Amino acid sequence: MSRGRLAIALIGLVLLVGGLAWGTAGSYGFGHYHALYGRIVARDSVPDRSATNAVSVTTFDYRGFDTLGEEFILFVSVAGVIVLLRRMRGESGRDESLLAEEDRRASESSRWLGLALVGPLLVLTVYIVAHGQLTPGGGFQGGVILMSAVAFVAVGGESVVLLRLRRASSGVELAESAGAAGFAMIGFGGLVATGTFFENFIAKGTSGLLTGGFIPLANIAVGLEVAGGLLVVISELFDQRFTRERS
Amino acid sequence: MSVYPYLVAAWLLGVGLYGVMSSRNYIHLIICLTVVQASTYVLLLSVGYVSHGKAPIFADIPTSSVTVDPVVQALTLTDVVVEATVVALLLALVVQANKRFKTVDPNAMTRMRD
Repeated sequence: MSRGRLAIALIGLVLLVGGLAWGTAGSYGFGHYHALYGRIVARDSVPDRSATNAVSVTTFDYRGFDTLGEEFILFVSVAGVIVLLRRMRGESGRDESLLAEEDRRASESSRWLGLALVGPLLVLTVYIVAHGQLTPGGGFQGGVILMSAVAFVAVGGESVVLLRLRRASSGVELAESAGAAGFAMIGFGGLVATGTFFENFIAKGTSGLLTGGFIPLANIAVGLEVAGGLLVVISELFDQRFTRERS
Repeated sequence: MSVYPYLVAAWLLGVGLYGVMSSRNYIHLIICLTVVQASTYVLLLSVGYVSHGKAPIFADIPTSSVTVDPVVQALTLTDVVVEATVVALLLALVVQANKRFKTVDPNAMTRMRD
C-alpha cells in the first residue's frame, strides 16, 4: 500500500474501531440476550401459526415484508448479472469444441460422484422446501441445493446441462420472476383478505405438512426464485468461460 | 459473560478489511469481502445467543423451552442470500473489467483509466 492510501485507511480504521466500541458498549453480554421481540416470536410460533420452525415464521410471516425487500435485492442482482454478461460487440458465440474438451478432462470418479448425487439432491430439495415451516430449511436453502445439483452434473463432465439451461434461459428466468411475483402476491393476498399486507390469511392447520398458513406457499415461491436466479447466474458465468473474442 | 464470540467477529472484520485494502486482485478482494460478511453472521448469532438455549425449532422440544433468538437467525439467513447474489454481481463486474482492461489488479486499473 502507498503512504497516502495507508493514511486514509488509518483514519477510516480509527473511526470504525471507535464507532464499533461506542455502538457495542451497551449491548447484551454473550448468552444474556433478553429482548422481548424474539421471545414473543418464539413463544407464539406454535400456538399462533401451527409452525414449529420459529425462524421460518419470522422470515416469511411476521417479517414477510422485510423478506420481500430482500427478494428484490436478489432479483435485481440477477438482472445485473444478466445485463453485465450479455454478449458484447466483437465477441463471438460459444466455442463448442472448448466445451467438449473441458468435459473430457473430468475424471471418472467426479463423473460418477456428480451423477450419483443428482437424484438424492433433488429429493433433498423437495424435502427441505416442503418442510420449511416445521424443521430447519425452506425456500432459500432448497433453492441453493437445487442449484448445487446442477453444479454437480456440470463438474461431473456433463456441462452440456448448463448449455441446455442457457437455451432454456427464458424458462428459467420465468421461474425466477414467477417466484418473486408469487411471494409479492402472497403479501397482497393478505391485503385483500384481511386488510393488512402480509397478514397470514390462510387456515393454519393443525399438524403435518399443511400448517403455517401461507408459509409453505411462500417457501415454494422463494425456492423457485432462488433456484431460478442462481441457475441464471451459474449459466451466465459458465457461458463466459467459452466465449471468445472474434479474431 | 464471555466476550470471545465478539472478538472472533471483530477479528474476521479486521482481517477481511485488511484484505480488501491491500488486495492486488479483484477476485481475492471479493473473497475478502465475504470474510467481512462472515463477521456479521458471527456477530448476529452471538448477540442472539441465550445461555443453554436450544434452537428455535419446536418440532422435537416442548414449546416452553428456552430458545435462542429466532429474529437474528432470520436476519442471518437473509444476510447469506444477499451475500451470495452480491458476490455473483461483483464477479460479473470483474469479468467485464478483465475484458476491457486485461487485468484484475485494482492498482493497474486506476493507471489505465481513459
